[in-house]
Amino acid sequence: MNLMDLATFGLVGGVLALLGAATGIGQLLKQQADTGMNPAVIEQFNLRIRAWWILCAVLAVAFLMGRGVTVAFFWFLSSWALREFITLTPTRMADHRALFWVFFLFTPLQYVFIGRNLYDLFSVVIPVYAFLFIPARIAFAGDFKRYLERCAKIQSGLMICVYCLSYAPALLYLKLPAPPTAAEKIEAVVTEAVATEAAAPDSTAAVVPPRQHLPPNARLLFFFLLVVTLGDAFQYLSEKTLGQHIIAPAISPNRTWEGYLGGVGCATLFGTVMWWATPFKPWEAALMSLVITTMGFAGGMTMSAIKRDRGVKDYGTLVEGHAGVLDRIDSMCFAAPVFYHLTRFIFPQ
Amino acid sequence: MTRTLLAAIARLISGASVRWVDCEPDTCQRVYFANHTSHLDALVLWSSLPSHVRELTRPVAAKDYWEKGWVRPYLAKNVFDALLIDRTHIKVHQSPVDLMLKAIGDTHSLIVFPEGKRNTESEIDEFKSGLYYLAKKRPDLELVPVHIDNLNRVLPRGEFLPVPMLSCITFGAPMWLEAGEPKSNFLERARSAVRRLKET
Repeated sequence: MNLMDLATFGLVGGVLALLGAATGIGQLLKQQADTGMNPAVIEQFNLRIRAWWILCAVLAVAFLMGRGVTVAFFWFLSSWALREFITLTPTRMADHRALFWVFFLFTPLQYVFIGRNLYDLFSVVIPVYAFLFIPARIAFAGDFKRYLERCAKIQSGLMICVYCLSYAPALLYLKLPAPPTAAEKIEAVVTEAVATEAAAPDSTAAVVPPRQHLPPNARLLFFFLLVVTLGDAFQYLSEKTLGQHIIAPAISPNRTWEGYLGGVGCATLFGTVMWWATPFKPWEAALMSLVITTMGFAGGMTMSAIKRDRGVKDYGTLVEGHAGVLDRIDSMCFAAPVFYHLTRFIFPQ
Repeated sequence: MTRTLLAAIARLISGASVRWVDCEPDTCQRVYFANHTSHLDALVLWSSLPSHVRELTRPVAAKDYWEKGWVRPYLAKNVFDALLIDRTHIKVHQSPVDLMLKAIGDTHSLIVFPEGKRNTESEIDEFKSGLYYLAKKRPDLELVPVHIDNLNRVLPRGEFLPVPMLSCITFGAPMWLEAGEPKSNFLERARSAVRRLKET
């Protein structure tokens, strides 16, 4: 097995081990009657773990079947999130046609542009063209009641659920530095270490040209998703264990500065340790993780504010037994465009 | 096969989550009565029933709407086996209630919309008296209130293209006509039973 395989399998195996351990802990906590912990917290934890398993399984299938399938999967995710968003934000009958075009024209169009890697188009079609189209179409429908509010709701939904999220699969189309990065990077470190010692016999030079099990772009997307979800998880854990100073009680009584620092700190540490799986240098990986988790936190905060405004706890309250898709991907939506643009900045296309 | 497929498509488009409150799916003879806000109501309510119950349940629908074109009659006749009622020419010797009772025999259940027409207001309209006569002639039928939420935004009145939002179908506790209960009291009780489900 060459080093390339090692990097890939390390990544996949690490994730599986992590999820497995989390599932084990969750089930153990569930079975123990008197742990002194709130059963609702444990239930919430288990629910999250289950969502990650599903996400991982679907992503694995999508990765194995190629970029197109991954893009299609994110299209589905976007549509579902948008559906939840629009369901909970009241619009009026006159918005029906505008909404129809939002769901069946702009959303697919965005993902077609992503799939064809047309950066010039996918970066403007929603923030400019859909932005102009929506208020115009509503005006033509002839209902001015709460007009600006209705436009803003549909525009925000489209921006957050579709535009922002679509930057995640767009990572798959970035031109990254020459493929065998992970192998070379580990090799570089190893040879450096070897060189500082005496002239040891050349053991690592036997690395055969690595076969690409998981292309670097797929690993980049995987890295992104991993850091986002881990940021969420660590933040949740630190809130439950250390949380004291609530940031904005009116928005969310759960979000504390301790939670933010704990979540960002742990996930950044994790992201930095994972630098070998990415095209980044260690300090770049650290910075990226910091940005991803901070944006993720901002996303969660924003969505909490919207939910508070609408008087609901979860976007998924309509679907009993499931937290909504939007509840799971809010941090992803906020982090994706920033991560994409930073990566693009580091590796000019 | 087509039935299962259509039910699945209806569930996907309407994003319907189904809740049974103080009521369980059962194959006993029932009349499901619901508020009416969209053309999709009958289809979505029908498809939200478990398949073995669905097989025995026939929606009551307006003849003038479901006989137009070729898709609708096909769906009404071959897929969900609707009982089409003529809203314009009501014959004395063949009242809609008698037609319904004849159609269900002693095995089938019905889906009815007692408001009689689709309602664009958020408040539920007065119920037509058909439900009362059904209950009077067949006191053994379980009357199950159903509240349909948000489907009017999926396909509002006068639109033909659905927008895939999420909707919610809530089934409530069965009720019966009480001995000597006046018509207007019963209809009001039925209406508030549907309305109450909105809050649960």
